[in-house]
Amino acid sequence: MTAGPEETIAFEPAPAARTGLTARLQHHHLAIAAVLTLALVAPLAAQSFVTFQLTLVMIYGLAILGLNLLTGFNGQFSLGHSAFYGIGAYTAAILMDRWDISYVWTLPAAGGVCFVVGFLFGLPALRLQGIYLALATFALAIATPQLLKFRPLEPLTGGVQGIVILKPDPPDFVQHALSGLHLKPIDADQWLYYFTLAVILVMFTAAANLVRSRTGRAIMAIRDNPIAAAAMGINTALYKSLTFGASALYTGVAGALGAIAVQFVAPDSFTFLLSVSLLVGLVVGGVGSIPGSLFGGVFVLFVPNLAERVSTGLAGAIYGVILLLVIFLMPSGAAGFARMLAARFGRRSRSI
Amino acid sequence: MMLEVRGLRAYYGEYQALHGIDFALDEGHIRTLLGANGAGKTTVLRALCGMVRSGGDILFDGRRITGWATEDIVRLGVAHVPEGRGTFLRLSVEENLQLGAMSRRDRTAIAQDIEQVYAQFPRLKERRQQQAGTLSGGEQQMLAVGRALMLRPRLMLLDEPSFGLAPLIVEELFDRLGEVNRERGVAMLIVEQNAALALDLAEHAYLLETGRVVMNGPAAEIGADESVRRAYLGY
Amino acid sequence: MELLLQQVLAGLATGAIYACMALAVVMIYQAIDHLNFAQGEMAMFSTFIAWQIIQWGQPYWVAFIAAVALSFVGGVAIERILFKPLHNAPILSNLVGFIALFSILNSSAGFIWDFNIKTFPTPFGTQPLLGGGLIDTHEAGMIGVTLLMLALLYLFFRGTRLGLAMRAAAHNPESARLVGVRVGWMTALGWGMAAAIGAVAGMLIAPVVFLEPNMMLGVLLYGFAGAVLGGLTSPLGAVIGGFAVGLIENLAGTFIPYFGRELKLSIALVLIVAVLMVKPSGLFGRPTVSRV
Repeated sequence: MTAGPEETIAFEPAPAARTGLTARLQHHHLAIAAVLTLALVAPLAAQSFVTFQLTLVMIYGLAILGLNLLTGFNGQFSLGHSAFYGIGAYTAAILMDRWDISYVWTLPAAGGVCFVVGFLFGLPALRLQGIYLALATFALAIATPQLLKFRPLEPLTGGVQGIVILKPDPPDFVQHALSGLHLKPIDADQWLYYFTLAVILVMFTAAANLVRSRTGRAIMAIRDNPIAAAAMGINTALYKSLTFGASALYTGVAGALGAIAVQFVAPDSFTFLLSVSLLVGLVVGGVGSIPGSLFGGVFVLFVPNLAERVSTGLAGAIYGVILLLVIFLMPSGAAGFARMLAARFGRRSRSI
Repeated sequence: MMLEVRGLRAYYGEYQALHGIDFALDEGHIRTLLGANGAGKTTVLRALCGMVRSGGDILFDGRRITGWATEDIVRLGVAHVPEGRGTFLRLSVEENLQLGAMSRRDRTAIAQDIEQVYAQFPRLKERRQQQAGTLSGGEQQMLAVGRALMLRPRLMLLDEPSFGLAPLIVEELFDRLGEVNRERGVAMLIVEQNAALALDLAEHAYLLETGRVVMNGPAAEIGADESVRRAYLGY
Repeated sequence: MELLLQQVLAGLATGAIYACMALAVVMIYQAIDHLNFAQGEMAMFSTFIAWQIIQWGQPYWVAFIAAVALSFVGGVAIERILFKPLHNAPILSNLVGFIALFSILNSSAGFIWDFNIKTFPTPFGTQPLLGGGLIDTHEAGMIGVTLLMLALLYLFFRGTRLGLAMRAAAHNPESARLVGVRVGWMTALGWGMAAAIGAVAGMLIAPVVFLEPNMMLGVLLYGFAGAVLGGLTSPLGAVIGGFAVGLIENLAGTFIPYFGRELKLSIALVLIVAVLMVKPSGLFGRPTVSRV
C-alpha cells in the first residue's frame, strides 16, 4: 500500500519503510481477528445474562456509530438521537406486535423509517448552526416521548404503557444444522447475540467503507471547511441531509434491535437522557473513530452500574468524576488512547 | 538599547517559523522588517508580544522577556497594532480608545489622552459613539493607532498598516506615524509589504526570508540598491 | 378576558425565572462561547446552601447574601479548576465536562439533603397583589428582582472599566490581551457572576416549585430556550426571551386543547426553533457589522 502523489501532505514525515508498514498492518489485522474470535466464542461460554449484556453493548455501539456519522464525521451536532432510537424501537415493536411481521424485516423497516425522518429533519436544520442546531435536535428529543404518550396515537403506540413483544426463537434451520453436527442447540439469547453480531459486522463495515470512499471524504470535507467544500462543487445541502438520514438509519436499526432484545418499548425509555448517554459514549469512545463507538457502548452500559455499585447514594457523582477523568486523561477518547499506545509500541519495534 | 533580539526562534506547533533572528531597536527610533509573504515578519511581532511559542533572547531594557505573557509585556509599554487591526468591532470608537488604556490607572490623564488622539485624528472624533465596525478601512487603521497610543507606549509594533488601504490614505497614515514618532518619541517597528513607504519612514531596515534575516542596513541604502529591491522588494 | 390577563401575568411571573436563568446562561456564553448545561444544578445547589443556612437559624437576608457570595466563589473555582484546562479541548469534550458537573451536583445534593421536597421561604410574602388574584406579591417580586438584576448588569457592563474589559475579552480575546486585559480572569469572573445570578434565580423559584434536587431541570431548559430566542449575544434579549418563553408556555398550555402539561415544553421549543429558522441569530442577536 503506497501513498499516491495526490495523497502526500506537506510537513508529514516520509512514509514508513515498507517492512514497518506491513508489520503495522498485520498487527491491526491480528487485533481484529482476536476480538472477532472472542466475540464468536463468548456466548457459548458465558451465562445468559452476560450474553444479553454483550448484545446490548453491540446495540449501543451501533447507536453511537450513528451519532458518530453525523457529529464525528460531518460535524453536525445532535442532542436528539434518542428520538431516532425510539422511532426505530417503536417501528419494530409495532410491526411485530400489531402486524405479526418477523423480527428480521423490522430492521430494514426501522432503518428506512428513520432514514426518511432523519433526512426530512436534516433539510430545514441546514439553516441552523452549532448551538442552534443542538437546540433543534434537543427539541426533537424532548418532543418524542411526549408524542409517544399522545392520547390520539395510543391505539398505535400503546400510550404510556408501551408495547410488549416476544423474544424471537432461534430459527429451525440453525437448530437442525447444529444437531446435525452433534452440537447443543442455542437458546434465544445466544441466537439474538449472533444475529446482532452479524448486523453489527455488516453495518460497521459499511460505515468504514463509506468513510473511506469519495462520499466519505466529501462528508468530512464539509465538517472541516464547509465553504471550501461548497467551492469545490460538493452539494453540501444534499450531503448534510443525507448524512442526517444515514445517521438516523444506524441509530434506528440499533433501536429496533434494542426493542427486540429488551422485549419492551415505552415512551420514557427514550428520553433526552438517552441522547446524553449516546453523546457521552461518543466522546469516551473517540469522536470520528468507528471502533471507538463500540467502546463507547461498553462504557455506556457498564459504567453507570459500576458507579452505583460503588455507592448507591452518590452514584451520579461518581459517574461524573469518572467522566471527568476520561476527558482529562484520554482527550481523544479510547480510540485516541489506543492510537497513542500503538504509536509508542510502533516506535520501539520499528528500526529507524 | 531599548529592544534587543538575539537568536529568536518561533514555532507554530511542530513547525519552526523563525530560525534565529537578530535585530535591535533603540528608544525613539523607527526600523522596518521587510520581505515577501510567509517570510516570518508577522511571526516576529507576535513573538515579541508573547503570542507564539518562542525561544532565544528578547531583551527589553536589558530584561529577558521571552516567554512572558502578552498582558505583562504590554504593561512594559509595548503596543501592538496587529495584522487586520484587531479592532473591537462591536464596541464604539470611544470604547476602543478606552480599552487601549486598560492597563493604566490615571483616570484624568486617560481622558486627556483621548482628547489628544482626537486632535491628531479628527475623523475619529466625528465618529466617537459609532460602532467601530462601521468605520472605513483607513479610519479603522487610525483607530488602531490611536488605541495603541492610549497605552503611552515606548514601542509600537505595526503589522502591515497599509494593508487594504487606498494609496492616499496610506500616505496620510504614514505622515501621522512620523508625527507621532517626532512629537511623542515613540519607537516603532514596522512590518510592511509596501517597502517604499516603509523605507521612507524608517531609518534602518531588515530583510527577512523564510524565517531568517538575509540582509540589513540603513533604509536609504537598501532602498537605493536596485538588485536588492528587485530580488526582495518587488520593485 | 380575566383568564387571559391572569395567564399573561402568570406567564410573566414564571417568565421572570426563565429570564434570570437565561441571563446566567448568556453571561457564561459570552465568556466562554459554550452553553453551561450545569447552570441549573449550580443554582439548585446554591439554593440548598441558602436553605441550610436558614436551618441553622440565620435570617433570610443573611442566607441570601451568603449563598450569592459563595456561589460567586464557587463559579470562579469551577472555571479555574475544571474548564480552564478544557479550554483548548474540542467542544464535545467540554460538553461532557458540563454533563459530568451536572451529574456530580445533582447526585451530591440528593446525598446531602435527600430528595424529599422542602419549602423555601420568600421575602415577598404571598399576598395577592392588584386584587382579584391576578398576581401575588411573590410573583411581582420575581419580576422586580429580575429587572433590577438586568439594570445592574447593564450599568456594570456599560459604565465600568471592568465591565468594558469583560466585554472586550469575550468579544475579541486576542486584541484584549494586546491592551493588557487578563482574559483568563475575565472568563473566571464571568463564571462567578453567572453562578451568582443563578443563585438568585434558584432562590426566587424555590418557593414556587419547592426545593428538591431535580427542581431546576425544566427551568434550565426554558432558560436556554429563552436565551437562544433572544439571541445569545444580548443580555436584554435573554431577559425578553425568558419572559416570552414564560408567556408562550402558559398561554399555549391554557388555550390550546390536547396540549396539556406534557406537551408544553415541546410547544415552546418548536416555536423557538421556528423563530430561529426565520432569524438564525435569535430575535435580538446582532450579526456583527464589519467592513473589510
